[in-house]
Amino acid sequence: MINTMECAVDAQSLISISLRKIHNSRTQRGGIKLHKNLLVSYVLRNARQVYMNEKYAEIYRMQQYEEVMTVCNEIQELNPLDLVEDCEEQTGDCCGSANESASLCGALLPVSHQAPSVQHIQPSSACSVPLALQSEEVCKSPDPSFYRSCCAEPYPVSNCDFSPVNNMHCNKTTVLDLDTHVVTTVENGYLHQDCCASLQQCCQGAQSPAKKRKLDFGYYVSEIEEVPDFTPCKRAKFEDSSYACTEPLDTSNISNLISIFGSGFTGLVSRQADLEQALNGQFCSKQALASLGAWTRAIVAF
Amino acid sequence: VAAGFLMSGGGGNDVQWCFSQVKGAIDDDVAEADIISTVEFNHSGELLATGDKGGRVVIFQQEIENKSQQQCRSEYNVYSTFQSHEPEFDYLKSLEIEEKINKIRWLPQKNAAQFLLSTNDKTIKLWKISERDKRPEGYNLKEEDGRYRDAATITTLQVPVFRPMDLMVEASPRRVFANGHTYHINSISVNSDNETYLSADDLRINMWHLEITDRSFNIVDIKPANMEELTEVITAAEFHPHQCNTFVYSSSKGTIRLCDMRASALCDKHSKLFEEPEDPSNRSFFSEIISSISDVKFSHNGRYMMTRDYLSVKIWDLNMENRPVETYQVHEYLRSKLCSLYENDCIFDKFECCWNGNDSVVMTGSYNNFFRMLDRSQRRDVTLEASRESCKPRQVLKPRRVCAGGKRKKDEISVDSLDFNKKILHTAWHPQENIIAVATTNNLYIFQEKVN
Repeated sequence: MINTMECAVDAQSLISISLRKIHNSRTQRGGIKLHKNLLVSYVLRNARQVYMNEKYAEIYRMQQYEEVMTVCNEIQELNPLDLVEDCEEQTGDCCGSANESASLCGALLPVSHQAPSVQHIQPSSACSVPLALQSEEVCKSPDPSFYRSCCAEPYPVSNCDFSPVNNMHCNKTTVLDLDTHVVTTVENGYLHQDCCASLQQCCQGAQSPAKKRKLDFGYYVSEIEEVPDFTPCKRAKFEDSSYACTEPLDTSNISNLISIFGSGFTGLVSRQADLEQALNGQFCSKQALASLGAWTRAIVAF
Repeated sequence: VAAGFLMSGGGGNDVQWCFSQVKGAIDDDVAEADIISTVEFNHSGELLATGDKGGRVVIFQQEIENKSQQQCRSEYNVYSTFQSHEPEFDYLKSLEIEEKINKIRWLPQKNAAQFLLSTNDKTIKLWKISERDKRPEGYNLKEEDGRYRDAATITTLQVPVFRPMDLMVEASPRRVFANGHTYHINSISVNSDNETYLSADDLRINMWHLEITDRSFNIVDIKPANMEELTEVITAAEFHPHQCNTFVYSSSKGTIRLCDMRASALCDKHSKLFEEPEDPSNRSFFSEIISSISDVKFSHNGRYMMTRDYLSVKIWDLNMENRPVETYQVHEYLRSKLCSLYENDCIFDKFECCWNGNDSVVMTGSYNNFFRMLDRSQRRDVTLEASRESCKPRQVLKPRRVCAGGKRKKDEISVDSLDFNKKILHTAWHPQENIIAVATTNNLYIFQEKVN
């Protein structure tokens, strides 16, 4: 569990800084320093881990918020007079303790008892989500209507606490996507619908509060793109040639990497087939991390 | 597991350290070629060698002012200077090879001449340093200046004789061990058998015979089949001081492996693995970087080894693999500054460490031209500074204190005032006496024990 509290810069800045170091090392005298680049890739991996956790926590909270709003609205239609008050009361009650939001934002705070790499975001109460959105600076609450349109398919739902005001089963939820009019069933927290497309949508939607950072990040990306002195390494004849030339690098690989970075690390998510499967309600499982790790080392290799 | 506490006074059996000499340019404008990159005493301590970024080696010799008197002040003066390595270009890989001297290691003296190994990133060289204090005179066919005489003028025959001349120290390259390493060489170590030595790069360790330059044995190879699976590199390696079959190498993951060459030809399987489990509460973005070991040194008696990582020095008993026997914090106040140190690349600085002659005190460098003496026997430590301001002859060094936070006391320096461009990466301790050589960026300071 990475302690981010003592770090002066946030995860995304660290990622930019690390990429810049890797890029600069290519032009340093004496050739690429394998040791230094390896260490930088570890920082990159750690920062990305935290960044992804933050992002997914954010998305999850937005999803939860969206779902709460959806349910409240549906209830409102059924019984406009009584249940609106109940719902508001409910959310009001739940939004009392700061402790609950702490557990939701567990990705950000060092909690020693949490499992090392698996970020299982299981809110103790779904009603705690609005609190999280309102009280945490990190959980920047976006325009709800924006999310309603794109983040249509909610994530793991353990919203049993809704039971006083609705008749949904604890472990099964049916949601109507208001945009596409697709009905999705969520059972035991796992989506039965392919979530890839929606995830991508959601991720891109989630960039709205982070637009300021993306701009900064894009600065570094364009810097990389403008550098014309990239010398493609000749594929070496001998097995033991410098590691920098072990793969036949061409500009298309570089631009792939740059385009991945250019869309933020959420772009990475949409391209990682492993991650799509892993993300059935589970965040940053070992599988996802493993694939990210291998991808990181590709940076070192070039 | 001792952390020691600050005390006023010297380190090491109540030794007080005082300034002796400083070598190098005075002005603050540092030429990059003059940056000192390695410092090493020879086995007797009479000679002190430095290597710099420009590929030059400078050797100082100790001249004892008055050998008969017990209280003598010995000074080190320039003995020999030579260009060891030149910049090269690898045309096949389009790579420039730096001439910076990464390490110097002396061979034990066998005859009148001295021998040392010096290495840059790719090539190791064996240098012979010899004195010439006489020359032959009285040739029949040549004049004194070397011109050949007209044969018709030669009427007598004489036997040339040696006559004394001004001392001349010559350095000549006797062996060049090239093309042994694909990656950057970080260590060389002479074996106790005096016939072989090892050289280590990021992924491999080779063993050479001092007489043979066209072949070397590969004894460790940690290169993965797929470079994308690379997780660690070799950061330092050293032969055991007495057992010629044993060596250790440290990794970027904070582990040390001890290998026995009798076990197999390729020592990929270690005999012992020294590793301390990471404290999970200390986990940060930079955990991997600060646990990377930058130096490993056996104690003189061969029973312990010392490792240096970014924030600490650890002493290991060779018989205990699961944790070090002693851990010393070098500059724990930097732990909260790791982010800035990452941004300015200081977190990648590779500090070295060294033992004193009887293994009771260890020394390592820090920032702001501070260096630390850690007394193992008395559980005391002290921070001293190599500074031009303390350069009066025999001036006693005053202990320095760094204020980590809160109210700064008088004579303390706050963490934010530290100059991170002034770093002491290389230090050396005379094998027998309390004389230390401390390299700042481009100056070499020599401190001695205060004699009353």
